[in-house]
Amino acid sequence: MRHRSIQLIALFVAVMLAMVGFGSQTLGQDTGDRSDLRFVVVTHGQASDPYWSVVQNGVNQAAKDMGVQVEYQAPDTFDMVAMSQLIDAAVASQPDGMAISIPDADALGDSIKAGVDAGIPMISLDSGSDVAADLGMLTHVGQTEYEAGVGAGQRMGEAGVTTALCVNQEVGNVALDDRCRGFTDGLAESGGTVELVEVKLNNPTEAQARIEAALSTNPDVDGILTLGPTGAAPALEALRGTGQLGTIQLATFDLSPDVLDAIESGDILFAIDSQQYMQGYLPIVLLTLYATNLNTIANPVLMTGPGFVTKENAAQVIELAAAGTR
Amino acid sequence: MQVTHAAEVRPAPEADERVAKSSRVRRLLVRPEMGAVAGAIGVWIFFAIAAGSRGFLSWRGTANYLEVAAQLGILAVAVALLMIGGEFDLSIGSAIGACGIIFALLSAELGWNVWLAMLASLTFALLLGVFNGYLVLRTDLPSFIITLGTLLMVRGVTIGITRQVTGRTVVSGLDDVPGYDTIHTIFASDVTIGGAGFSIAIVWWLGVAALATWVLLRTPFGNWIFGVGGNQQAARNVGVPISLVKIVLFMGTAVAAWLVAMIQVLGARSADVVRGTGSEFTAIIAAVIGGVLLTGGYGSAIGPVFGALIFGMVRQGIVFMGVDPGWENAVLGAMLVIAVLVNRYIRTLAMGARR
Repeated sequence: MRHRSIQLIALFVAVMLAMVGFGSQTLGQDTGDRSDLRFVVVTHGQASDPYWSVVQNGVNQAAKDMGVQVEYQAPDTFDMVAMSQLIDAAVASQPDGMAISIPDADALGDSIKAGVDAGIPMISLDSGSDVAADLGMLTHVGQTEYEAGVGAGQRMGEAGVTTALCVNQEVGNVALDDRCRGFTDGLAESGGTVELVEVKLNNPTEAQARIEAALSTNPDVDGILTLGPTGAAPALEALRGTGQLGTIQLATFDLSPDVLDAIESGDILFAIDSQQYMQGYLPIVLLTLYATNLNTIANPVLMTGPGFVTKENAAQVIELAAAGTR
Repeated sequence: MQVTHAAEVRPAPEADERVAKSSRVRRLLVRPEMGAVAGAIGVWIFFAIAAGSRGFLSWRGTANYLEVAAQLGILAVAVALLMIGGEFDLSIGSAIGACGIIFALLSAELGWNVWLAMLASLTFALLLGVFNGYLVLRTDLPSFIITLGTLLMVRGVTIGITRQVTGRTVVSGLDDVPGYDTIHTIFASDVTIGGAGFSIAIVWWLGVAALATWVLLRTPFGNWIFGVGGNQQAARNVGVPISLVKIVLFMGTAVAAWLVAMIQVLGARSADVVRGTGSEFTAIIAAVIGGVLLTGGYGSAIGPVFGALIFGMVRQGIVFMGVDPGWENAVLGAMLVIAVLVNRYIRTLAMGARR
C-alpha cells in the first residue's frame, strides 16, 4: 500500500513536470544579443476566444522576430480580481516590460500603478485607450471602440438599415459596451434605432436561441451588429434558421474564417477588423526598442482600426486568416 | 538421577501495547492537518527552486500568492467546518457576487451610508445561510443539491436585478462614496513589508482560522459539529441540537462569502455580477487537501489554511514559472492530486505501527 502510494505520487510528479515543460514559454528560445530581454503580456483574453489567439500569435511572432523572450498570461474567465493578481505576479517577476489590456481601469488600477512605480515600462493594448495615458502607459495600441461603433452605425445607415440589434457577448467589458453605444449614435445620424441583445461568450446554442427570440419579438429589425466572432456565428445561424439571411443586414466586429466566408458570399455586409495581430505584435516591438534604445511613441494611441473588410478584399484576407494572422 | 532443569528465564512481561506510549512525532503526524503542512512545505520548496529567481521568493511574490491564498482560505475554513458537520455549500460563489453587488448598489447607486450598506449585505448573507440550512433540514435532500439550486437562483437574481437597475453588469464608482476610505482600510488596505504591499485579507484569514479552531476544539459547539458529521443519529440521541448546528454552519459559510465579497469589492472599487464563480469548488478542494473528509466527522480548521496556501502558491507559482495559460489548469490539477496523495500517504504512515 505504501509502495503503491509512492509510485502514484512519483507518476503524477512526472506527469506534472512534463506538462510544465510543454507549457513553459521561455525555455529553449533562440539566443540573440537581445535574448536576455523578457516581456510579459497579461490580457483578459480567454483561451477559448478565437480573437485572442490571433493576438497571441502576433505576440509570439514578434518575440521570434525581435529575438526576445515573451510570456503570455490570461485568467480563464473574465475575472478582474484574478487578472489583477496575474499583473501583480508579473510585476513581481521583474520583467523588462509589460503589455496589458485594461478592460476595467478601476479594478486593475492599483496593480498597474504598482507596476509603473516599480519602473517597468508598460504598453496597453486592445482596451483602455481613454485611461492609458493617466495610468502611465508608454502608449496604447488598439482601436478606439466608440469611434469604431460610430463608423459601423454610419455604414449600416448608408445601407438603409432603420432598426437594428446590437448583440453583446461580454457585457461588463467597457470596450464592447462602447461599441454598442457608438453604433447607437452612428445609426441615429440617419434616424435609426438600436436595441441591445445580451448573449454568453461560450454558449453558441443559447446565443442563437436568444437572437432568434429577439428577431421574433421585433419584426421591424433590418440590421444586426455583433461584436465578435462568438456573436457572429450564432447570428448567422439564427438568420439561416429564420430564412432572413440577405433581408436582414448583418455586420460584425472582428474576423474569423466563418465571418470571412460569409462576407465573400454576401451574407455579411462588412466586418470591422481591429487588426488584433498588430495589437499583439507592435507592443513587443515598441518595448524592445524602448529597452534597447529608449525610443518612445509620441501618440497616446496607435490606432490599428477600424479597418473594414468587405466583399472586395475578403478573398485576400481569407488566405491570411487561415494562417492565424488576421 | 537428578534432573536439572535449566532455569527457565521467563521474559519480562511485555508491556500491553494498548497503553504503549507513541512518540511525540507520531502523535503530531497523525493530526488531520499534517499532510497539508507537509504538502505546503513541498510545494514551497518546488517553486523556490523552479521560480525563485523569477520573483517567487521576493517580498512582492510572497505578498502575491498570500493574497490569493487569503481570499480562498477564508472560504476554505468556513467550508471545512460545514463539511466536518457533514454538509456541502455550493452557493458561496453566487453569495460572493450577490453580497458585493448589494453593497455597491446601495452605496454607489442609491447613496446609502457605507456602513448601512455593509450591514445590509451582511444581513443578506445571514438570511441566505438560514435559508440554505432550513431547506436542507426540511426537505432532507442532500445539501449538494439544495445549495446547487440556491447557487443558480442567487446568481440569476443578482444578474437580473443589477441589469434592471443599472443596465450593466458592473457597478463602479465606489471610491466616490463618502466613508469609502475608512471601510477600504478595514477590508482592502495593504501593510508594506520589504517594499511590497501585504493585503489585510491575510489578517482576516488568520483571524477566521483562529476563531474556527477555537470553536472546533475548545467549545461544546465544536464537539457538536464533529458529532453531527460523524454520526447524526447518535448525536441526536445524545441530545445535540442538530438543526441549530447545521443552520449556524450554513450561516458561517455565507458570512465567509460576504467577507470575501467586501475584500474584493473594496479592493477593485467595483462590484461585478460574475465574481466568485467557481470558488465553491476551490474552497472544497482546499478543505480536502487540508485533511477534511468528504464524508464528514473528521478534519480541522488549520488544515484548510495550508490547503489554501498550497492552492495560492501553485496558482501564482505557475505564473512565475511562465507557463502558458492553456496548460495552467492541467498543471494545477496534477499538483492538487499530488498534494492529496502526499496527504494520504503521510496519514497512512502515521496511522500505521504506532511504536
